Amino acid sequence: MEARRESEPAPMKNRTTVERKSEREVVVTRIFNGPARLVFEAWTKPELFRQWWVPKSMGMSLLSCELDARTGGRYRLVYGHEGSTMEFHGKYIEVTPHSRLVWTNAESENGAVTTVTFEDKGGKTLLVVHDLYPSKEAFEAEHGMEEAMGETFEQLDDLLVTLGASR
Amino acid sequence: MVQYTKARLDASFAALSDATRRGVLEQLGRSDASITDLAEKFRMTLTGMKKHVVVLEQAGLVTTEKVGRVRTCKLGVRRLEEEAAWIGRHRRRWESRFDELDNIVEELKQKEKIDGSKKRE
Repeated sequence: MEARRESEPAPMKNRTTVERKSEREVVVTRIFNGPARLVFEAWTKPELFRQWWVPKSMGMSLLSCELDARTGGRYRLVYGHEGSTMEFHGKYIEVTPHSRLVWTNAESENGAVTTVTFEDKGGKTLLVVHDLYPSKEAFEAEHGMEEAMGETFEQLDDLLVTLGASR
Repeated sequence: MVQYTKARLDASFAALSDATRRGVLEQLGRSDASITDLAEKFRMTLTGMKKHVVVLEQAGLVTTEKVGRVRTCKLGVRRLEEEAAWIGRHRRRWESRFDELDNIVEELKQKEKIDGSKKRE
């Protein structure tokens, strides 16, 4: 399998977009070069899902991956990082084969409801991941926005160095 | 609502598109300064500098406070940079996932092709 992939020319990477739709919503979109049926399969079969959900660059590994991808079914993911573990779990509110997945993120009261849609576009798939948080505060709590305030000045410093260098 | 982030980013980038305004930010990074100080340093009229400061203020990059007759400017980075940085991190995280997912989808496609041609044999 590896040899075959290497012998083919690398296709152009499709663009990932992230948009903050409102204070409590984030939307991620991406096109995949395959039919919705296959992309959906990669999101719902644990043996496929675990191969891509936690890439090495995240600095974590997926120790356990249980997905019961049926409406009302549950999922549980266990991540490992430097000897400690983190658990994520929730329930599938809706599973419509090849077109729509909705699940809760129940590990915290601030968890979003995630809706993933798969739209066939002539052999390709438009994927949209929509996270809706219970409130603006919940979004901020989940993403450490408040705590990150201290880093802001450092980020501006970096930005100014970059701008200075490009002058 | 769709324009939520974009409008604020536009304001920030417009503010940063000017060399004088970037210089003002660098200066304020070192120390707070009055508009008069800044005007002198950048050899501008007070009115000209005021205009630049207003643009930076509207973009949330600078805050000003008037004490007596002197208006002091300081770096006032709001949530914008923080949010832009967050969006960048979020996008990179999904990009690395999706790069892996590309491989899986490609493998599934190949597998289907092989299975399909076997069936036709």
